[in-house]
Amino acid sequence: MSFISLLWVLLLGSLLGLELIGKVPPTLHTPLMSGANAISGITMLAALTLIVKAEGNVPLLIIGSVSLGFALFNVVGGFFVTDRMLAMFSRKPSNKK
Amino acid sequence: MNLPVIIKFVIDLLAVLLLALGIKGLSKVKSARDANRLAAFAMSLSVVGLLSYYLGTSGIAIQSWIWIIIGSIIGSLFGAILAKKVPMTSMPETVALFNGCGGMSSLLVALGVAIFPISGGQENLDFFKSLINEVSISVSIFVGAITFTGSIVAMAKLQGWLSTPGWTQSKVRHFVNIVFAVASLIAFFDLINGNTSSIWLLVIVSSLLGIGVTLPIGGADMPVVISLLNSYSGIAAAAAGFVVDSQLLIVAGAMVGAAGLILTQVMCKGMNRSLVSVLFGGSLSAQSTASSGSGEYINITSCSVEECALTLEAANKVIIVPGYGLAVAQAQHTLREVTKKLEQNGIEVVYAIHPVAGRMPGHMNVLLAEADVPYEQLKEMDVVNPDFPATDVVLVLGANDVVNPQAKNDSSSPLYGMPVLDVQEARTVFVIKRGMSAGYSGIKNDLFDLPNTSMVFGDAKKVLNDLIGELKDLGVGEK
Repeated sequence: MSFISLLWVLLLGSLLGLELIGKVPPTLHTPLMSGANAISGITMLAALTLIVKAEGNVPLLIIGSVSLGFALFNVVGGFFVTDRMLAMFSRKPSNKK
Repeated sequence: MNLPVIIKFVIDLLAVLLLALGIKGLSKVKSARDANRLAAFAMSLSVVGLLSYYLGTSGIAIQSWIWIIIGSIIGSLFGAILAKKVPMTSMPETVALFNGCGGMSSLLVALGVAIFPISGGQENLDFFKSLINEVSISVSIFVGAITFTGSIVAMAKLQGWLSTPGWTQSKVRHFVNIVFAVASLIAFFDLINGNTSSIWLLVIVSSLLGIGVTLPIGGADMPVVISLLNSYSGIAAAAAGFVVDSQLLIVAGAMVGAAGLILTQVMCKGMNRSLVSVLFGGSLSAQSTASSGSGEYINITSCSVEECALTLEAANKVIIVPGYGLAVAQAQHTLREVTKKLEQNGIEVVYAIHPVAGRMPGHMNVLLAEADVPYEQLKEMDVVNPDFPATDVVLVLGANDVVNPQAKNDSSSPLYGMPVLDVQEARTVFVIKRGMSAGYSGIKNDLFDLPNTSMVFGDAKKVLNDLIGELKDLGVGEK
């Protein structure tokens, strides 16, 4: 992948983000922020790449593993907590007696 | 192109599509929950795609698997436990903590690549390519470190573990931060010149910069900062994408970065503050003590819970204004009991939600939804404001700055211009509050001095419990 095409990817991704978020009601801002935050944990892919390409270099393996842990903490926690918040919206008052 | 490459290409494309659909779906109440799961699915899909690509090409060593599994299990486990255990009221802090860890992850990846260049083609890079590599590593480290330390400081401040030190409110802080920023720049150029050891200087100085920038910011502005840091973690992820050459990382990071910026803007608007003043203005209360924080209350009417109950019983239309105080007292369930009684008596009850009620847009909606308040009863500020003149009773629970008429009437007030709820237009206003302390902005609330406002002093939960008792005695809600 050439640097120039990666820049295009960056530009189009940013525009997509601006467009997608533009019309969100305030009610959903906290869940959305938390959900988007979970997505930013996508760096776990970079951490995985690091570990796979470490080729037995133990310090690098450890750095990759710690990085993967931090990223997954962000991803798993973020999605779970978002789900918890959103579950409250979907629950009908009549369901709980 | 061989098969693993094609498979990874297809999976990456699908993952990007699903992530975009997920973010889009999160913008509607009905689809939000499914959309969140869709995004989670897309993330796991991307992991499968990456791992299968390496299995099909270079293979993955046993040793690598071990470290992958260790990192995954520990990270996921802590994340899941925290997400299940944390109370809904601490949501802003939790998001900050998760966010900081995302930043830390990007930082570590860049650091790893910088110290031990990844094998395979990196040795004979031309000058241009290696320059790009070093720039993206530096950006990833710089932004990642700021995100991490900034988020941790934000979390500590929201939790009350950290207060705002006095010196951070003086001009000294600008000087200190400029020194950190310049030092990061020096480290950055030194790194590009081939001096690898200066990477540690970059790590340390940008971490300090994250602390230095976040520390002076007052608690009221913290959610704006968290939202901004959320955007940064997206940028850090995109930068890490350049480091390891992954389009998926760049797209996802860029989407989050852009989304975070929009959210930050929305929050700033709701609080009538510009991003610049949030970042560089210091704590709002520190500014305002000189200008208009001095006024004394002269006309406070205090009343008992019994009077409040009597007035409520006679009302036709009641609007509840919940604020962070309600959330802190964990009184949203008790509040729901009160409103149920009123509704059974044929009284119309509506909740007026200020855009930044509960410190974060939408936070209050989550808390009320937790207490089974029907979604239709939550009204946004612009919808509910014209209704106040036709309202008999307004109950203000733990909200302060968002109902301060100064924002409309007093052009010298630091709050001036902030959109507020026009509660003073209602016939009677009850403010349930512990004491006369000022709100987060530290500014006197003119509402409390108005003749149609009565203060009910006490803890929100206790007052509401007493109110239930009084309403029961009056026979309200017994059909």
